[in-house]
Amino acid sequence: MDSFEIANLFYSIGQVWTEWLTNLGLSPEWLSFTNKAMGAVLLTALPVMIVCVTIMGERKIIGRFQDRLGPNRVGPCGVLQTIPDIFKLLTKEIITPTKVDKVMYNLAPMLSVVSVILIWAVIPLASNVVGVDLEIGALYFVAVSSFGTLAVLMAGWSSNNKYALISAFRGVAQLVSYEVPLVLTLLIPVLLAGTMRLNGIVEAQAQGWYVLLAPISMLIFFISSTAEVGRSPFDLLEADSEIVAGFNIEYSGMRFAMFFLGEFIHAFTFCGVIATLFFGGWRGPFVDQAPALGFLYFLIKMFAIYFVHIWIRITMPRLRIDHMLNLSWKFLIPLSLVNLVVMSLAAKLVQTPAMDATLWQLLPRWGILLGTNMVMIAGTFMILGTVSRRERHKQEAARVLEPVASGIQG
Amino acid sequence: MTYVVFGLFGILTLGGGILVVTSRNLVRAAASLVLSFFGIAGLYVLLEAGFMAAAQILIYIGAIAILIIFAVMLTQRVAAGNRVAMNSQWPWALLVSALTFALLVYIINIVWPLGIRAENVPVLAADPTRGLGMALVDWGQYVLPFEVASILLLGAMVGSIFIAREQHDD
Repeated sequence: MDSFEIANLFYSIGQVWTEWLTNLGLSPEWLSFTNKAMGAVLLTALPVMIVCVTIMGERKIIGRFQDRLGPNRVGPCGVLQTIPDIFKLLTKEIITPTKVDKVMYNLAPMLSVVSVILIWAVIPLASNVVGVDLEIGALYFVAVSSFGTLAVLMAGWSSNNKYALISAFRGVAQLVSYEVPLVLTLLIPVLLAGTMRLNGIVEAQAQGWYVLLAPISMLIFFISSTAEVGRSPFDLLEADSEIVAGFNIEYSGMRFAMFFLGEFIHAFTFCGVIATLFFGGWRGPFVDQAPALGFLYFLIKMFAIYFVHIWIRITMPRLRIDHMLNLSWKFLIPLSLVNLVVMSLAAKLVQTPAMDATLWQLLPRWGILLGTNMVMIAGTFMILGTVSRRERHKQEAARVLEPVASGIQG
Repeated sequence: MTYVVFGLFGILTLGGGILVVTSRNLVRAAASLVLSFFGIAGLYVLLEAGFMAAAQILIYIGAIAILIIFAVMLTQRVAAGNRVAMNSQWPWALLVSALTFALLVYIINIVWPLGIRAENVPVLAADPTRGLGMALVDWGQYVLPFEVASILLLGAMVGSIFIAREQHDD
């Protein structure tokens, strides 16, 4: 065994663990099986553990945004509030309404949590800490997140409640629409890195984070992922004031909590994916000497993006459903299609530099990619400005004509 | 170990399929279809075709199955009632299925034997996904079917938009 290094903490722990099991007399096959099972358990536990922290953090931050204190009774400054909440939810009675479709009703909450936890299998937490470094990591991420739509649909239908069903319909419209720009912009990091392996995408960002090379893609991805999570301003799935509570209305106790667990995990998981794809994942100073630092950088980036996500959530009012769908189909999808074509041309224009390229060799690539992005942003704003001006003229013209029309009728 | 996993996914695929045809509730039948699709994705993983597995889940579960469930749910009379899964034509359906199955068994075992033998197992490229991508745009290989399929899909998309478009002429 190599010496135990704090700089390479996760690798060293793995070494000690493997050696201990070998000394116990485990055959290599069982050793590999045990290690994989342990990895699966740890990766499942990690997001659930992070949730306990983020729920507290989110409530505190939202409290501050709304000029109140937030939870402040349990523990110092209320930081332990989540623990009694968990016990409350665990001990509540689970009520099953009589006319529900039992199998689907019970499966839906589990599916909603599973679909997001599965994403953690491919996210590289540090250069040598990743569940499976799948060759098709990016595609896997899209594939498993489509289970979430299924969970909403199943919950909404099986509850046998009209509000839940309306929410399920909205859910399909929203989640499927926003999956399109999400996938189209996911292609940009894949294109620039030349691999679908998420760790490969992070490694390729040694030559500059993709948020600098492809800011439009990052913005579209961020907007669509907010819609995929189903949080304000896209919280039409559980619009309390319109459809009571949405697809989870007939659920109680821990089953109800599962949906919220899924939503909370979903929120920061997408932030983790954005950090991986566009903000260099585990990259940071001294990470080559001390790989364990990568996990810290990853967490910092993830929570920074999560903060912006909460910020938007607490600032923006809810969109109307037709506005929300228009935003996706008439704005984000055309833009991401143009973005995809332009970026693939621009990326072909300059040769992908070698891994050890100096800053001067990288500059033309940066310049061209960032330049095309700026041109696209300017073009988008010009088109938007023209369209909205025309729309405003039309509305003003309609307002002038209105009294005349009613006068004729009367 | 591989056989155990294969058996599990096989049961999932076939069991899902049986549930689809025997279920008295259409939404439940459509949901069972998801189970079957998932089993097939698992079989792709066993064949080390990761790309196919992910595409299977993304396209069949993420899009087609959800579309089917959605369409069934919109026709509310169907979604609510317990329909009888069988009608009077079931013996004919059984006969046709049995014949198709027999034909498939005959073709796979006797006409073009596909049994797993050492010389039949293709050597996997180092990066199968890259190989697939190259094959789809390579003149000598599959560029024509690929383009034809994409034009077909584009045509279907334009057609569906045309049908669904609101009529403005009146």
